[in-house]
Amino acid sequence: MSAVVLDVQGVGKCYATYRSVCGRFLSWFGVKTATSHEFWAVRNVSFSLRAGEALALIGSNGAGKSTLLKLVTGTVRPSTGTIAITARISSILELGLGFNPEFTGRQNVHFAAGLMGFSRRQIEDLMPSIVEFAELGDFFDQTLRVYSSGMQARLAFSVATAVRPDVLIVDEVLSVGDSYFQHKSFDRIRQFKEQGTAILFVTHSMADVRVLCDRVILLDKGAILKDGSPDEVCDYYNALVAQRESATVECDQQRTDGGWLRTRSGTGQAVIAAMSLHDADSAETVAIARVGQPLRLRIAADVHCDIPQLTLGTMLRDRTGHVVWGSNTFHSGQSLSDVRAGQQIAFDLAFPCLLGPGSYSFSVALVSGDTHIENNFEWIDNALVFEVVNAGQDHFIGSCWLDGKYTVVPAKP
Amino acid sequence: MLSSLWRYRHFVLSAIRAELKGRFARSRLGALWYILNPLAQAAIYALVLAEVIGARMPNMTSVAAYPVYLMAGMAAWGLFTEILNRCMSVFIEYAGTLKKISFPRLCLPLIVWGGALVNHVMLLSAIAVVFLYFGYYPSITWIVIPLGVILISMFAFGLGVLLGILNVFSRDVSQAIGVVLQLWFWLTPVVYSYEAVPANLRWMIRLNPMAPLVRIYQDALLFHRWPGYEGLWLPALIAVVMFALSFVVFRRASAELVDAL
Repeated sequence: MSAVVLDVQGVGKCYATYRSVCGRFLSWFGVKTATSHEFWAVRNVSFSLRAGEALALIGSNGAGKSTLLKLVTGTVRPSTGTIAITARISSILELGLGFNPEFTGRQNVHFAAGLMGFSRRQIEDLMPSIVEFAELGDFFDQTLRVYSSGMQARLAFSVATAVRPDVLIVDEVLSVGDSYFQHKSFDRIRQFKEQGTAILFVTHSMADVRVLCDRVILLDKGAILKDGSPDEVCDYYNALVAQRESATVECDQQRTDGGWLRTRSGTGQAVIAAMSLHDADSAETVAIARVGQPLRLRIAADVHCDIPQLTLGTMLRDRTGHVVWGSNTFHSGQSLSDVRAGQQIAFDLAFPCLLGPGSYSFSVALVSGDTHIENNFEWIDNALVFEVVNAGQDHFIGSCWLDGKYTVVPAKP
Repeated sequence: MLSSLWRYRHFVLSAIRAELKGRFARSRLGALWYILNPLAQAAIYALVLAEVIGARMPNMTSVAAYPVYLMAGMAAWGLFTEILNRCMSVFIEYAGTLKKISFPRLCLPLIVWGGALVNHVMLLSAIAVVFLYFGYYPSITWIVIPLGVILISMFAFGLGVLLGILNVFSRDVSQAIGVVLQLWFWLTPVVYSYEAVPANLRWMIRLNPMAPLVRIYQDALLFHRWPGYEGLWLPALIAVVMFALSFVVFRRASAELVDAL
């Protein structure tokens, strides 16, 4: 196990409103004054981060993610608890780094890097690599007023990551900037991680979480709601989004034998009674499918209440949690209206197995419309798991069987 | 707190340079404005008060005595207000930086202090040239000016940081200080001389710690006199206490500073 580089213990942050400004001043000198309102943005959060570990903070807006990052960075001081950092930390919070719009990119780099504690000499040495990574061309020596927000993000990222820090803190900045720079900065973060940088970042992209993170913390109202592996926490979060809308939703999680996490949530007004995968021709059940095999997913649903509209959604994911394919009967124009209590419905999804070898899972949902936010009757993540093997095709890699055909024509000598 | 400031000394120095450059970005005359502004102001007062109203320095025959007196007083007062005003607004000006990068926050008032000192030295050199033009030659008493610079800037720094912290939580402070400074200016013998004040009102000037500090400049530059040390120990004490107090309050308030920005 690598060394702990960041240790957060029982940290809380309270934003207090005092009845008068004088009350606040007196409180600095130990005089007890009544606060008219206290808001705990973060409460009793504890976690530690080891070198080379990547931790994502997820949660809805206002859950305290950014405040927690500011606390760890040190720009905001905690009201309770301790934060121990045993290594050099570098943060990219929000847009830019407090740049001065009247200075050129180069002058701002000097200023920001100086604030981060680098000497003039070190900054001069780093400058060429910063210029090269930011790829701002002539703009680098123009004032920041003329920069677009994406260009500012480039500059900020280039400065903050000019030297590999021991802890890198990133707050949603990857969502700014064009996709070229997003890829480039993502690569750099991944390299840092491999070299032993611990990464703490806030994101709303579950895809980023699954690709980069070893661990995820879900924050809600300032407190840790769940701390665990990416699939566990992300699916839980997904289920929770539905819970916001209807209080009757229940949610439970359990891990299956193959290591897949099954997350179930919903009101239970309609439920999945049975689910199975078959060969489309022979109707035999299939646990291990061949590449190219025609398949059929059969789902039986029981309806317990009268429902004005019922839609079935299915989503196919690979082992890393990436969505390979997903759709629903709303998009295919096959939503059912006015379904009666006690009715049974059989759904059938036919598809050719155009997948690469590996383990895949189907998640299914019974909802009313296009999304599961409105009415989530039942949602089961990773409800059915199956393997795909390559039995009859030429060897290939990847999660998709494109059935590509080479043509090779050697030039005449 | 002090050791971390020492670690950031190179940054503070380069930031002072950037600060001087940045304030007059996109202006042709640039830093020259630092000198032109106070000199023009002194010229206006000299023109209006000496030529129009006919003000003269008591017991002095030279026509140049009054402009020299004005320039000496205004240089001292200018140093005071420059540091005070900049320290007061610096936390708000750099709000974006404070929120995003963790660094010793006391660097910020130090940067504006350093910038103001550099400007002041430039202004003093310009004033020396003007003095020569008026036929006032440097005297040995000029070497006491650094004492005035130190006391005034410590006083202004301390008061400025204190007010700057309050200003973060209540923006009324900077507005109120604008008015207070105008009144304070007229309660300090800069435009008029102490001797011209009616005896029954002199107590107001004696309560004003800036009066003896400004007088250091006037004594040294115009009268070629050494400062009256017995009148100086109280303002000096106030300056040192203000300076120290600002560090203490800053330490206490620092945790909540960013919360209110």
